[in-house]
Amino acid sequence: MGVRIAAALMLASIASTQAIAQAPANEEAKAEQRWSELQRAIFPDRTLNNGQGIIELEAPARALDAALVPLSVTTSGTKPVRKIYLVIDNNPGPLAGRFTFGEAADPSILKVRMRVNTYTNIHAVAEDAEGQLYSVQEFVKASGGCSAPAGSNDPKALEEMGQMRFKLLSNVTLGQPVQAQLMIRHPNFNGMQMDQVTRLYTPAHFIKTIDITYAGQSVMQVESDIALSTDPVITFGFVPRQNDTLKVVVSDSKGNRFERSFDVAAAEQVSEAM
Amino acid sequence: MRTVPAVSRRQALFGGLCLCCVSALARSATDERRLLETEEIATGIHIRRGVHETASADNDDAIANVGFVIGRECVAVTDAGGSLKDGERLREHIRSITPLPVRYVLMSHVHPDHIFGAGAFLADKPTFVGHAALPNALAQRGEYYRDRLEEIIGKGSAGPIVEPTMLVAQRAQLDLGQRVLELRAHPIAHTDNDLSAFDVQTKTLFASDLLFVQRVPSLDGSLKGWLNELKVLASMGAARAVPGHGPASVDFASASAKLHTYLNALLRETRQAIAAGKDIDAAPDMVALSEREKWTLFDEYHGHNVIQAFKELEWE
Ligand SMILES: [Zn+2]
Repeated sequence: MGVRIAAALMLASIASTQAIAQAPANEEAKAEQRWSELQRAIFPDRTLNNGQGIIELEAPARALDAALVPLSVTTSGTKPVRKIYLVIDNNPGPLAGRFTFGEAADPSILKVRMRVNTYTNIHAVAEDAEGQLYSVQEFVKASGGCSAPAGSNDPKALEEMGQMRFKLLSNVTLGQPVQAQLMIRHPNFNGMQMDQVTRLYTPAHFIKTIDITYAGQSVMQVESDIALSTDPVITFGFVPRQNDTLKVVVSDSKGNRFERSFDVAAAEQVSEAM
Repeated sequence: MRTVPAVSRRQALFGGLCLCCVSALARSATDERRLLETEEIATGIHIRRGVHETASADNDDAIANVGFVIGRECVAVTDAGGSLKDGERLREHIRSITPLPVRYVLMSHVHPDHIFGAGAFLADKPTFVGHAALPNALAQRGEYYRDRLEEIIGKGSAGPIVEPTMLVAQRAQLDLGQRVLELRAHPIAHTDNDLSAFDVQTKTLFASDLLFVQRVPSLDGSLKGWLNELKVLASMGAARAVPGHGPASVDFASASAKLHTYLNALLRETRQAIAAGKDIDAAPDMVALSEREKWTLFDEYHGHNVIQAFKELEWE
């Protein structure tokens, strides 16, 4: 996590305390005030334009599992998008992720799974090459995603930490965008779950950055936070210009570094057959 | 955007586990009776059938099958109920049927509808019996469950979180006086802390939530593990089984066949969705929908089961 992003998060939590202190009567006004404070903290001195037609956010109206809320962001291509920010307004760490696209990227599709702690607006913000910001929002009903107990399958996430899987979701044609899915084994403890033995909160242990390159060119840099689900799965696009390897470097808050390379020509491919 | 059935906020808080809520109705004498009535399904085995509802202030979370076994010397409670009140009612009922002391209270697994009644039996100083993994699960979830339950049935109503005092890692026996209960700690299945019991005298299997009948199963452990444990239970030669939800007593083979069909459809069709590159959020709308008409509360829990199955199977 960059210093800037950390500072923004800290400011955001201060802003949240103020929002509670003032407590506007109306829920909607409260949500709007929350968002305007988050904007000032995360995007200081910048204007957010309406993102309709440029960026689209898809989220379930009601989460089936608050610890795993799938979010899908598509960008239309009318503006070349350089960065996407995901903000879960009412989460303890509202800035859930910042995704910076490189020269080998296809930013038109991005799917992630997030923890959502409570009923909240979620904002997706696109930044274009000129630094202009475009924002859209969705409302999600979820509860307890951050503090809810970890699932029973979690031991695997720790035992197999750092394992990765890579799948292609469409055919590779050199020079054309291809969709892919990256799976990473990681508990992504957010520091809000109780440890079973000590009855203390499990110290936070989460993925901070995911760096994806293809043939040495950047596809995407992810700066993530405690909101990312256990065993994160990310769907993204990239443009292979020659047969080469996709390299993934993951670093976490305990200083672990996991590195994997995938030969794209030999990668498992799944297709929409159903 | 997918459509999901309308559920209340309090229901959502339980994340698809064994608790939710229905509209509050005024408590009537009929309600009291239906939450108390037990049936003697075999000599000395009394079972109170849980209601096929989500937890509510009206039903005190009495939604699971609970009951007791009477031996020559003492009584074993086979799940104590879903709240302190539910457990107190069961305890009063035991007192009206036998003067023998309650020496054992089984805690079949961590889900709130099966364990919060245990607090009602503390005064009897029984041995509280659970799976070796139950203390971990209770430490992780006990307080969370109690808070959520109290949001539904009222502050202070859930009861204390009772710790098991006897842990079963594999097998154990309880002697109730010329009546032996064989206990089995299962590997991860419905949850990672499922404990079943078998009454040798009447060949009655207390399957708890390893067996769901009529009420849609809830998956909180491992789908593949659960399918395995159904085979283990089938090999025990039970004359009858007490499911965690459903009738007080069922024929194990036919009841387990229906559960097997559901779990198997979940396994097969989730694997298909993964192989086809479907997103996890698209899966609940396409997996095992042929099972929808066969189970009550399907819309409330099935989607969550698909998500759990997907998480497990996508790493195969
Ligand atoms: Zn259960």
